[in-house]
Amino acid sequence: MNISLLGIVGYLVGIAALVGLNAVILVWLERKVAGHMQFRLGPMEVGPHGILQTLADGIKLVSKQLVIPDEADKPLFLLAPIVSLVPIFAAMVPLPFSETVQAWELNIGLLLIIALGLLNTLGILLAGWGSNNKYALLGGARAVAQILAYKIPLLICVMTIIMMTGSFSLRDIAIAQKDTWNVLYQPILFIVYIITVTLETNRSPFDFSEAESELVAGFHTEYSGMGFSLFFLAEYSYMFIAAGLATVLFLGGWHGPWLPGVAWTLIKIYSIIFLMMWFRWTFPRVRIDQMLSFGWKILLPLSLINFIITAGVLAL
Amino acid sequence: MEAMYIPKEYLAILILLIFGVLFGVVTLYVGRFFRLSRPYHEKLIAYESGNDPTEAPRMRFSIKFYLIAILFVVFDVESIYLYPWAVTYDRLGLFALVEMFIFIFLLLAGYVYAWKKEVLQWEK
Amino acid sequence: MTRPISKTVNVPVADGDGERYTLKMGPQHPATHGVLRVDLELDGETIIKCSPQVGYLHRGFDKIAENRTYAQSLILTDRLDYIAAMANNVGYCVAVEKLLGISVPLRAKYIRTIVCEMSRIASHLLWLATHALDIGAMTVFLYCFREREVMLDLFEELCGARLTFSYPRIGGVRQDVTRSFIDVLQQFVAEFPVHIGEYETLIDTNRIWLKRTVGIGVLSAAEALELGLTGACLRGSGVDYDIRKHRPYDAYDLVDFEVPLSNDGDIYARYRCRMEELHQSARIIQQCIDQLPPGPIISEDAPDLVMPLQGQRKVEAGSSTYGTGLIRLLEEHGQYPVGDIYVSTEVPKGELGFYFISDGSGRPYRMHVRSPSFIHIGALPALAEGSMIADLIANIGTLDVVLGECDR
Repeated sequence: MNISLLGIVGYLVGIAALVGLNAVILVWLERKVAGHMQFRLGPMEVGPHGILQTLADGIKLVSKQLVIPDEADKPLFLLAPIVSLVPIFAAMVPLPFSETVQAWELNIGLLLIIALGLLNTLGILLAGWGSNNKYALLGGARAVAQILAYKIPLLICVMTIIMMTGSFSLRDIAIAQKDTWNVLYQPILFIVYIITVTLETNRSPFDFSEAESELVAGFHTEYSGMGFSLFFLAEYSYMFIAAGLATVLFLGGWHGPWLPGVAWTLIKIYSIIFLMMWFRWTFPRVRIDQMLSFGWKILLPLSLINFIITAGVLAL
Repeated sequence: MEAMYIPKEYLAILILLIFGVLFGVVTLYVGRFFRLSRPYHEKLIAYESGNDPTEAPRMRFSIKFYLIAILFVVFDVESIYLYPWAVTYDRLGLFALVEMFIFIFLLLAGYVYAWKKEVLQWEK
Repeated sequence: MTRPISKTVNVPVADGDGERYTLKMGPQHPATHGVLRVDLELDGETIIKCSPQVGYLHRGFDKIAENRTYAQSLILTDRLDYIAAMANNVGYCVAVEKLLGISVPLRAKYIRTIVCEMSRIASHLLWLATHALDIGAMTVFLYCFREREVMLDLFEELCGARLTFSYPRIGGVRQDVTRSFIDVLQQFVAEFPVHIGEYETLIDTNRIWLKRTVGIGVLSAAEALELGLTGACLRGSGVDYDIRKHRPYDAYDLVDFEVPLSNDGDIYARYRCRMEELHQSARIIQQCIDQLPPGPIISEDAPDLVMPLQGQRKVEAGSSTYGTGLIRLLEEHGQYPVGDIYVSTEVPKGELGFYFISDGSGRPYRMHVRSPSFIHIGALPALAEGSMIADLIANIGTLDVVLGECDR
């Protein structure tokens, strides 16, 4: 593999386009899904079925004032959305979209994505601390509590899949599921995984750190304009990455009949994203302490027992 | 040129991380040319539901989950220990499996102890 | 266990294991239902002390009424509980009728019962919508607004307004119901239980909803009585008290309905009570439609502000500023009755009482409104102290307060 300048630029443009396009589609999709679930139409005015609504909103957000409160810690305040945003580009790299379409094959792709996923929480914590606002600070503290609840079940989930495949490479994991998808072997694990990534991506019913009815807007209370939109660009990209990971780990990656691999991958990714949106518009919000004991008393034993059983069965 | 080993695949990650920083900085900065900036005192005070902030918001307050946080570190590190075993699982054989079961059992014993001590919940 | 407390200049004084801090929630907050402000003293996320601050919407309603005739004050009652303005109007009219000794024609009584129950449905739907939204279930919000819209459309057809109706009059109602109004209402009442089922599928047995409501904000019957709660908040604690049943007004003694009760006294119990009340309201409306008798819609004695009907009650220009009914009333009695009276009605939020002191001048010497929201907000510390921020939001929701009514 040659590292040519043109190649690098190509990758950068490709990944930036993927991130941007995905956010545009997901924001639109979220509003459409919400609308149709609630007997509304959602955006209809800008473009056919409102497809350009997100672009219009993007232009609006760019031109909005970026209000930095007097009391805020200015460097931290501006750093926070960037910290949230930085890892999303890198985390897209190891995701395989088909046998041949993959930005870069990494032998530790899985670990990399999980490690980079943590930076989002750091961004939220920085935002909470930097804006010097009580609601934001509470939101930041809640984001930390959230990691404590989901990280270990998520690690164990992923570890079980690694044990079954014997590789950290997402490509190898997908290839190993050529005949049977992992979800058939590990239905419980799949459910645990979906719950933990819902926690990881800060989605309702676990959207504690923003919890608009409790903490006004939580960590992004003081953010406006681009600061605000960068957080959401990051959130929607994390959704894409988490769903992509679910696709590779459990749903057999690009494997599927008739259609080309990339199409299958995208169908599966967006199905999982749809599922997460469905959660958001159906469930009430869990209380933060209930989430913590849920993570430790249900998700952790469930994933650990599942892990032990899998290890035992594989040994036989 | 064997001495000059460049981990190319990680280089890509590095480039993209730098790209991410640049992307964030540029999008935050570029808006300056489009957006207004009309700050005034009321707009710049910290939001506290329409009231003047009562005390310095950067206060110390008790997060009620610090015991879980300590436990989290323990479990996190221990699950990292499991990873190398999991990835070479089929080559290590029964001996490693039994050893790992003992390890997990010890982990579980601590976990059950913590549960019984009612550490695994938000302190009231 | 105590430990030495080290005091520094900036850090709040440590108490026990944690540092306390204050947080002001509201008036500009998405979940404080208008302009309620709650000053919280927090330890982490646990509420140590909670003190609601009201008055952001104070308009001096009781005082304004002293400078107006009884009929003129009717429009003020729209601005009390603007979610269920019709029930307030009726409550006020019932009170003034009792003071002035005006009897209401039967048809008007039935119509007023119908609009009262319609406003109860509209109010409970808005309560459910916002309560669920506060707890995080947004879809319920729009489900409820779909049906509330039907109610508001019907009100609009009835009197031309969607928020501030001023439709009932002292001595009756302003206009008769139309055929299409009855038809649409009949259809709505028939379908409504299905819609209630739709809301319930979303939250009724949802594990998260149960976790957030069962065993939260518990009030025993004795505590609820002590706090002066009324309405569904009291019935959720198992006290059988409903003015519609125990001191019936309008047509409530002519229809058959049940008062839903629950003994648990938590948020879920109050939720169940209100959901049952929706069923009962639909039942009452159905009976009223079936029994609706023909006849006049306004008493002959009614004071002013009545639209003259065709061929009757012609008011000659310049003859009197008051109108015929009042002139007759004054001729018969010599003057307005003197004395004081307290009359309460069951509005969606609880017991709405009007207390008048009449000195015979045609204007109340003193008027006091016992608004349920004001008293219910007083119960907030009892519910919320010791619980978490998220529970505070659920508790504000369960009390079903409207600040327009609280602050008056």
